[in-house]
Amino acid sequence: MSSPDRAYWKPAEETLPRPALEALQLERLRQTLARVWEKVPFYRRKLDEAKVTPDAVRDLTDLRRLPFTTSADLRETYPAGLLAVPPDEALRLHTSSGTTGKPKAIFFSRQDVDNSAELCARSFVATGMGRHDVFQNMMTYGLFTGALVTHYAAEKIGCLVIPAGPGNSDRQLLLMRDFHTTAIHLTPSFALYFADFLEKRRVDPRRDLALRRAFVGAEPYTEETRRKIETGLGVRAFNSYGLSEMNGPGVAFECQEQQGMHLWEDHFLMEIIDPGSGAPLPPGARGELVLTTLVREAMPILRYRTRDITSITDEPCACGRTHRRIQRITGRADDMLIVRGVNFYPQQIERILMAVPGVGRNYVIVLEGLDEMTVKVELSEAGFDGQLEHVVALQNEIAGLLRAEILTKPKVDLVPPGTLPISEGKAKRVIDNRTL
Amino acid sequence: MSTVRLLAIFVENKPGQTARITKLLAEGRINIRWVTIATSGPFGVMKLLVADPERGHAILKQYGMMASLIDVLPVEVADQPGALHEVAECLARDNINLDNTSGFVANQRAIVIIETADIERARALLVEQGLRVLSREELLGI
Ligand SMILES: [Zn+2]
Repeated sequence: MSSPDRAYWKPAEETLPRPALEALQLERLRQTLARVWEKVPFYRRKLDEAKVTPDAVRDLTDLRRLPFTTSADLRETYPAGLLAVPPDEALRLHTSSGTTGKPKAIFFSRQDVDNSAELCARSFVATGMGRHDVFQNMMTYGLFTGALVTHYAAEKIGCLVIPAGPGNSDRQLLLMRDFHTTAIHLTPSFALYFADFLEKRRVDPRRDLALRRAFVGAEPYTEETRRKIETGLGVRAFNSYGLSEMNGPGVAFECQEQQGMHLWEDHFLMEIIDPGSGAPLPPGARGELVLTTLVREAMPILRYRTRDITSITDEPCACGRTHRRIQRITGRADDMLIVRGVNFYPQQIERILMAVPGVGRNYVIVLEGLDEMTVKVELSEAGFDGQLEHVVALQNEIAGLLRAEILTKPKVDLVPPGTLPISEGKAKRVIDNRTL
Repeated sequence: MSTVRLLAIFVENKPGQTARITKLLAEGRINIRWVTIATSGPFGVMKLLVADPERGHAILKQYGMMASLIDVLPVEVADQPGALHEVAECLARDNINLDNTSGFVANQRAIVIIETADIERARALLVEQGLRVLSREELLGI
């Protein structure tokens, strides 16, 4: 702990030996169950239906006897159906917007507000951040949890916090220059966009800026995208995982090893299940991440179906943290595309595209007519030497690589940079106009 | 004597794309002397012969266009059947791959524009063959 880069925020909690950690999980699970049984009629009914009483849970494997909570459940109980404290004790409200209909309302008690910042502080310190850092928060402030939770975490650590919010690249750059920003927090699509912006402005981040770390989350992205962000912004990019339903960012975060994200298991119980059957899957297997809150006071949630596809790594990490890691999210159970009978995730396409020299950072998958799929991707500087024939060859090469990955051959359209919709927030990668 | 360069631009094959480029160049007072456009499905490449390709390139870049400069060899040939063949033949003998060949006739002078990755070897061969490779000044002076 002599080097600040190797520090822990709460060493005892982060390096708690597994047996003690698991005992703590069981104790907290039982408390959580007792709490929702008593205070949340929705859960009382669900537990009755599943014929489980709180004291029936004797070890962690009994978890699988508990009912799932889905995002539909959160919408149906909107606005306050899952509240487990008197309304007066709720301190903050966040919502998670759905694509349609009602949002999901997430209440935080004072303790929940503090815990969410604690977990983020652990996460930030695990990347080497410390009190001397200047943290420019380029996430959306407001109902979305992304910015506020990290804001309080960085304050807790003692950083100078710049609540920049997203967008307005000129102003972002001004702030970065004038206040010597060392750490930023943003979505991968904005990170790529901003890297492009710096290039256009002839700003060399290594020479002209003080940036060292980027915390990148709120959307899944690939290892190739990470590398592009690291090169384009002159930073180490750390993968962050969170969701509003589980407090927002800081549920799982990469340490300096950058080999998967430690999921804070003293606050969340994690499972990987088969998204179709709901059956539990072993460590290493890819499936849907299911999370149970262990210390949440205002709104405990049992076995929440995140719809995020990942796997658990249970080998110990060189950083010494005992909390197991999840791998980067490779898709959403809901994002799975089925084209001509073949199923795949948009992230598979992204991985291929990002590995091809000559194409840029922005792409979109367009589905039309009767299962016609077109992948539009921007050509990059390196991909254009002035010869049409070479562009055609590149296009054919990409189509071939995609076919090998997803087993169906899409049409590939290379387009000039700047022609695809720019996303400074969450990128819309799939446009489905099929008339099936 | 500066190398002759074409200004190549990657464009979407959509109405109005060509006009966007010519407008930007006109505003920058870049005179277009000659143009070819080749398309393939959703996109195409426009190649322009202009007096100041480097400045044209900078202008288009500034507006976010995907543009590139290609070094080419303009060869003056007799304006008669077989002239182009003579040039192609000469380069093929030495295994020089042509990326593209195009040409135009202006003021009774026939010019073949040769695009190849092997530009210096091609130049030497053509000169050796007694063909006239024009400089930028000569070409624009036609
Ligand atoms: Zn670690």
